[in-house]
Amino acid sequence: MRSLIRYLLKNHAFVLFVLLEGFALTMVFNYNSFQKATYLNSASRLTGTVYNMFHSVTGYFGLAKINRELAGENARLRSLLENQPGYFLSPDSTSSTQLQNDSVFRFITAEVINNSVNRPLNYLTLNKGRKQGIKPDMGIISNRGIVGVVGQVSESYAMGLSVLNQRWSVSAKVKKNGYYGSLMWNGTDYRYATLAEIPLHVDVAIGDTVVTSGYSSIFPEGILVGTISDFTRPDGENYYAIKVKLFVDFKSISHVEVVENTDRQEIDELDKTLKNDRQAN
Amino acid sequence: MIGRLIKYGVMFVVLVLMQVLVLNQVQLSGYINPFIYVLFIMLLPVSTPRYLLLILGFLIGFVVDIFSNSLGIHAAATVFIAFVRPFVISSISTREEDRNEYPGLRQNKFSWFLSYTAIMVLLHHFVLFYLEYFTFSHFFLTFLRVLLSSVFSIFIIVLSQFIIFRE
Repeated sequence: MRSLIRYLLKNHAFVLFVLLEGFALTMVFNYNSFQKATYLNSASRLTGTVYNMFHSVTGYFGLAKINRELAGENARLRSLLENQPGYFLSPDSTSSTQLQNDSVFRFITAEVINNSVNRPLNYLTLNKGRKQGIKPDMGIISNRGIVGVVGQVSESYAMGLSVLNQRWSVSAKVKKNGYYGSLMWNGTDYRYATLAEIPLHVDVAIGDTVVTSGYSSIFPEGILVGTISDFTRPDGENYYAIKVKLFVDFKSISHVEVVENTDRQEIDELDKTLKNDRQAN
Repeated sequence: MIGRLIKYGVMFVVLVLMQVLVLNQVQLSGYINPFIYVLFIMLLPVSTPRYLLLILGFLIGFVVDIFSNSLGIHAAATVFIAFVRPFVISSISTREEDRNEYPGLRQNKFSWFLSYTAIMVLLHHFVLFYLEYFTFSHFFLTFLRVLLSSVFSIFIIVLSQFIIFRE
């Protein structure tokens, strides 16, 4: 026993190295259980405040571009509104929008205060959190298309997984014929993502638009994703490998909207009962 | 003692903020992401006890991890280079008189500091990038990222020694 202690004391650097390295690697490979701790990611109060302070300075540099984009979006929305017969604009600017007949989506605007595009797992930090009604698993979209999903929420900040995160995929469909697959990112180029699981008999062409399918309760149906830029038929597989050029420029993303599905709880409960039924049989 | 504590404390904070607010936002071509907070571990005095070196290494990696949502990856890389630092220093210092208490550029020859920076940065980036991608399917692509990012990190670290971190 004494010789063991003497050995440990003599090699304390190595023992400490093994301990710390082991702890670090445990965190890497058990990312789920550790990521759940909101104080250990960029949504925590300290990191959120630092990013927010920095953003309050740098945010001014992009104002001209943001204004241009907002004006463009206003014009687009107005033209949509004018072409909708029988739609009247209520003077009260309520944030509820009836996008589909069966589910109501609510939008909360937020600013991106931290973002990355060149890691294999990219995250963004938003300047709104639980206080403003943001909850985990809400969708994040911008005026050009989908951006990601909320992961962790603290009191006044939220951390989101962007489309450019290999731990997340979203259900998307080819707009013209409605065939759906899952959209993933392969970790190389921030402008492109991959649409998988589209069977070979489906007619796809370069330039086709890809939109969200609405099969998950995160996003409304028909939010823009990107256009097909290339597709191949891998040998011996029944599915296309489709390369999608994303509409959202993740390098210059600044203002986003967080989507809340107010029927979400009901949908999830239904899903759960279905799953339980399947297990019972 | 207190002065030294303040000096290294300020250096810790400045390097972490530089890293997460400026360099993590620099996204050149999607391949290059320089990491300069390695400098903190590099510049600690040579006589720093090894356990302190390891703990400080873990700490700075952990803080960068929290900011960049990559729990454990930076910490593993920094603990590794904190562990190998004494071996690196003794292997590149040929004669006893070459060794200086402060491994900065001002106290040492340029060629010594350059090779010290290059070895430390390359080791750090290797561990970091391969842990981050954790797949050998992109072996050469990751290798390219390591090399390109290392060149940038080394350049910035050497440059910073000329500009700010002079006593």
